[in-house]
Amino acid sequence: MNNNNYYLNPGLPQPVATPLDEPYWAGLRNDQLLVQRCNQCNTWQWGPECICHQCHSSDLTFTATPTQGIVYSYERVWHPVQPALLEQLKNEGAYLVVLVELPQAGNIRMLGNLLGDPHQQVDIGARVEGVYEHHEDAEPVYSLLQWQLK
Amino acid sequence: MSNTMRGQVAIAGVGETAYYKRGEAPESEFKLALDAIIAACTDAGIAPQDVDGFASYSNDRSDPSHLSAALGCKELRFANMQWGGGGGGASAAVANAAAAIHAGIADTVVVFRALAQGQFGRFGQGLRRNTIAGDFAHTIPYGVMSPAQMFAMKVVRFMHDHGVAQAALRAISLACYHHAQANPRAIMYGRPLDEQSYDDSRWIVKPFHLYDCCLENDGAAAMILVSAQRAKDMPNKPCYVLGAVAGSQYRAGASVHNTPDYASSSFKTLAPRLYDMARVQPKDIDVLQSYENFTGGVLMSIVEHGFCEPDACNEFFVKENFISPTGGLPLNTSGGNLAECYMHGLGLNLEAVRQIRGESTSQVKGADVSMVISGPMVTPVSSCIFGSEATL
Ligand SMILES: [Zn+2]
Repeated sequence: MNNNNYYLNPGLPQPVATPLDEPYWAGLRNDQLLVQRCNQCNTWQWGPECICHQCHSSDLTFTATPTQGIVYSYERVWHPVQPALLEQLKNEGAYLVVLVELPQAGNIRMLGNLLGDPHQQVDIGARVEGVYEHHEDAEPVYSLLQWQLK
Repeated sequence: MSNTMRGQVAIAGVGETAYYKRGEAPESEFKLALDAIIAACTDAGIAPQDVDGFASYSNDRSDPSHLSAALGCKELRFANMQWGGGGGGASAAVANAAAAIHAGIADTVVVFRALAQGQFGRFGQGLRRNTIAGDFAHTIPYGVMSPAQMFAMKVVRFMHDHGVAQAALRAISLACYHHAQANPRAIMYGRPLDEQSYDDSRWIVKPFHLYDCCLENDGAAAMILVSAQRAKDMPNKPCYVLGAVAGSQYRAGASVHNTPDYASSSFKTLAPRLYDMARVQPKDIDVLQSYENFTGGVLMSIVEHGFCEPDACNEFFVKENFISPTGGLPLNTSGGNLAECYMHGLGLNLEAVRQIRGESTSQVKGADVSMVISGPMVTPVSSCIFGSEATL
């Protein structure tokens, strides 16, 4: 961990909401995971779309779901492609990315970092829970959703 | 499948510029495109002025009107761009060009790709900006931004599901480097790779070592397509298009890694259509060129085209099996994107033609059926099969 208590060192492009995903980013600010669900056919979908891919309804609601997930896949990144991560990768060697499936939200997948030792063993199928990472010093402020083993 | 374009169109000529390290081309990207097209016309024995169609992919920056003007073409009849990034469009451009000729839209179509990254910037580089919005806002802040980082998780999941060992990926890389040693055009000519050097090389993104990742290069490549009837009277041994298809599976384009069939190179729906059109089976393929953005993409491509059961990869993916001329499935016989040149995969199509003509530097003896798989893991992807006159 760096001294900012963010998983990745500052300096990566920071997320900016669009009209399509604004409720999601606002939810993260309040420790809530809100993802799209169709009011007509109850299909969950992620990333955000302007219509339901199942029934084509535009009647979609960003719906709260628990941050309980299962590791669907992962990767250990060693080579920096961004200057912001040069020093972190020099010091720590690698960082971990997980693709997490959410069984309580139609098995949609979210992408995040797996907190803890970047060299820890990662098992596909492992249970993880979400951790909100608030970037209070950013301008404008934003939050990310990270994951840790349960 | 009836009334397809099988055997109706042929590749009459191929050409390329010298291949350069990334950023080192002495000419502009547009000039490289022109040089490759003129070289392909010369090879085909036609005047560049007779080219009446252009097909490319991945948002190539050399636009057909400009090319046609620069070459003094008498007329422009087909100006085609396959949507989608990466090298997924290389065989799709062949399909589009062939379809245009078969349909009577144009007579002499060039498929081309030109890259000068010194002039226009790199692929394998993270974004250099302060903010990000849209789909990438859900990946880049977590450190997923380069192609290697975007694709590794597909390969991790596939290797997990089917118990595939790292040595399977290594075999692909070793075969490419092996063939590059016979190819003077190859960037890695004179730079062989052995198991130890592969194993000792640094990780880029696990499971990709340095040698699992494609090069980035400058240069251009082109091929001339005409009707089968015309090709018979032209100087080169005709190389017929037996089949060419493009596309991807259900919701392959779902954003933020939500494609339902995730651990895939995107070829499961294409391969049966390709074999149907070409009227061949995997056992009929004499030689394969399979696009390596990353070796893991080749792994899944070969499985999804039916050469190997997913649970048998550790036995099938051994270097000897991929070496020309003795291996069971000679693979990337020019050195491919790993060791010849990364011309967004079009070099693989040129090599597939050379195999049919008997002109490869690692020739498979009597190759009659030659396959190209383009751009695994992106969407749309594409693949094609070429054949000699004996296959018609
Ligand atoms: Zn719906």
